[in-house]
Amino acid sequence: MTSVVTVDKNPVDSYLRVDRMPHIWCAGCGIGSAVSCFIKAINRAKLDADKIALVSGIGCAGRVAGYVRLDSFHTTHGRALPFATGLKLGNPKLKVVVFSGDGDLVAIGGNHLIHSARRNIDMTVICINNFNYGMTGGQLGPTTPLEARSSTSPYGNFDPPFNLPHLVSASGATYVARWTVIHLRQMERSIAEALVKPGFSFIEVLAPCPTLYGRMNKMGQGVIELRSYQERCVVRNGADPREADIGLSGPIVVGKFVDIDRPTFWDYYIKVFNKAQKKR
Amino acid sequence: MKLWRKPFDQEEKAVRPPRVIIDKDRCKGCEYCVEFCPTGALAMSQEANAKGYLLPRAADERKCVACGLCEAICPDFAIFVISANGEE
Amino acid sequence: MSDDGILEGEFFMNGDEACAEGAISAGCRFFAGYPITPATEVAERMSVRLPQIGGVYVQMEDELASMNAVLGASWAGVKAMTSTSGPGFSLMMENLGLGAMLETPCVVVDVQRAGPSTGLPTLVGQGDMMQAKWGSHGVYELIAIVPSSPQEMFDLTITAFNLSEKYRVPVLVMADEVVGHMSEKVVMRQVAPKELVQRRRPTVPPEQYLPYEPDVDLVPAMAIAGEGYRFHVTGLTHDERGYPVMTAEAQDRLVRRLVDKIRVNRKDIIRLDEVETEDADVVVCAYGITARVARRAVQQARDEGIRAGLLRMVTVWPFAEDRIRELARQAKAFVVPEINYGQIVLEVERCAGGMAKTLLLPHMGGSVHQPETILEAIREVVQ
Repeated sequence: MTSVVTVDKNPVDSYLRVDRMPHIWCAGCGIGSAVSCFIKAINRAKLDADKIALVSGIGCAGRVAGYVRLDSFHTTHGRALPFATGLKLGNPKLKVVVFSGDGDLVAIGGNHLIHSARRNIDMTVICINNFNYGMTGGQLGPTTPLEARSSTSPYGNFDPPFNLPHLVSASGATYVARWTVIHLRQMERSIAEALVKPGFSFIEVLAPCPTLYGRMNKMGQGVIELRSYQERCVVRNGADPREADIGLSGPIVVGKFVDIDRPTFWDYYIKVFNKAQKKR
Repeated sequence: MKLWRKPFDQEEKAVRPPRVIIDKDRCKGCEYCVEFCPTGALAMSQEANAKGYLLPRAADERKCVACGLCEAICPDFAIFVISANGEE
Repeated sequence: MSDDGILEGEFFMNGDEACAEGAISAGCRFFAGYPITPATEVAERMSVRLPQIGGVYVQMEDELASMNAVLGASWAGVKAMTSTSGPGFSLMMENLGLGAMLETPCVVVDVQRAGPSTGLPTLVGQGDMMQAKWGSHGVYELIAIVPSSPQEMFDLTITAFNLSEKYRVPVLVMADEVVGHMSEKVVMRQVAPKELVQRRRPTVPPEQYLPYEPDVDLVPAMAIAGEGYRFHVTGLTHDERGYPVMTAEAQDRLVRRLVDKIRVNRKDIIRLDEVETEDADVVVCAYGITARVARRAVQQARDEGIRAGLLRMVTVWPFAEDRIRELARQAKAFVVPEINYGQIVLEVERCAGGMAKTLLLPHMGGSVHQPETILEAIREVVQ
């Protein structure tokens, strides 16, 4: 069991494009921590990294594709999921991961989110939820809590947010979990589970945005936002996703909400395929 | 560590402190490692990197138990722990 | 049907169906689409045939998803296609740009109907021709092929796939509702594997591979997902490594090459069908169904003693600038019938450079020109 470290290299470096470090995310941004967890989860799940295809959209979380040393695609805003669907259906042996943000996956990409979950395409989606549109300066998004400040809700948000675990599980996802970047071990284990599980897996990761959302809501330093997660979060595995709303204050329910089995899109397609072969 | 029964092979199997390696160019001074280290082995230093970010340092390496939390939480892949006993 | 499910022989079918069969003969094994009149039959045929031959048909939730799924499948190594009409074509614009930027081989069929907006869903138009070239934002160049018959829907879809693989670019098949819905004899010949072009693959090991290092023809070798190349590609302006680079120099190098790779190779790409143009005083420039009407008019003009000729544009983009310039020196006038209010005529006029008159014969859509209208215009312009 002994292993000797001959080179002083961060173990995650083998999955990073080290020629592009340091990355562009702000000091204290939660995305880097989520990527770290993701890389560790790949090892935990013992995946063949050559077969992983990572697709991201536009936004801060969208930049993940550029920093991981995997076959990676930085696509257009909101369209990571259909692009990933094409990849998976084109080569079902690929392990497809979508890594993007709340605005990209839920606002402009909302239609694709519910349909991909409905189809139960075999892929893992990691949705970084920092409650705003970070890359463009901190505008409100479909997950911004009511009354929160943002650059387009200076008087407080009046646009009720989605409850993502509820939305995605109602659409048919077979694995739905929510963690924060302070729940490192659980998140790593959850991602590893999701990577290996067939079907549409969705993991919402609450992440601090100290520069924008945090600063505009009196959590100007990452540690303050992380401490707020520690205080407010309640781990309830198996909780009803309907109870997973997030407000500006009050408890945040995290955990693994849904872990069920359902035939994937490919399972259904194989049946059709066999039928068509017989009719030739 | 205080033992009232001393193992025969205590000298060979002494627990050596893990090494904490900090990549100064990558660090952005967010202080997560310092804040969340469970044993207080890390602290912020007065040293800044080329971009002006204040860096952490291993304040007391003997306190480090190689839990790896700093490595897991660092958003910049800038800190990691090498467990000296060779078990990772 | 042969063992591998490819059809061969003589068939009577409509253009949409022939297009689907052409794609299959070209090796297309992925179709993602959304129903829209008058292109729905392409999707329906694909939904029947692809499962028979080991391909995947998926109906996406909208045209944006369809276009992106096609790009994704292409990056998984599969020849992929979608089909749509005007309203869906507009929805696909952003991601056609992504396809051009990522240099993704794929085929997009637009069976044009009268627009704008919902327009006449079941009736012909040719109003998307400029959109085919300029529809997406920014600077890029695509190839657009225009079939004039169900037979050409079969043959030219194969050409479209070959060009898209050779030049790593989305190729548009700009059909129209008449060509899509008319039924004619279609001869499906056996297409030998060596007639099909496959994208150039990398010849170096992963550590040395650069996703956007162009070859002499300005086209880079293409790795696909899952083979260990660990490449990164992005819609952001990028360098040879595929990494985003936010500088004017990188923009110049990249964007110039994206356009030049088509322009520099235009002799290989442009396809024209000319009838009696060698001594023509009047050249009718037409494409799609209009070209067939024009052919009759040109015939009638010749019978009357007028030296008329037909330049049928089989590829509309890149535009046949050189040929128009040549003809402008020889002919007195160009007559351009189009089922729109003047789109390709602008290119003809620009290239004629004042050396020959250019007359537009517009038709707003809903039906095709009458040969007599074109004949009258030929008579008028030859005086």
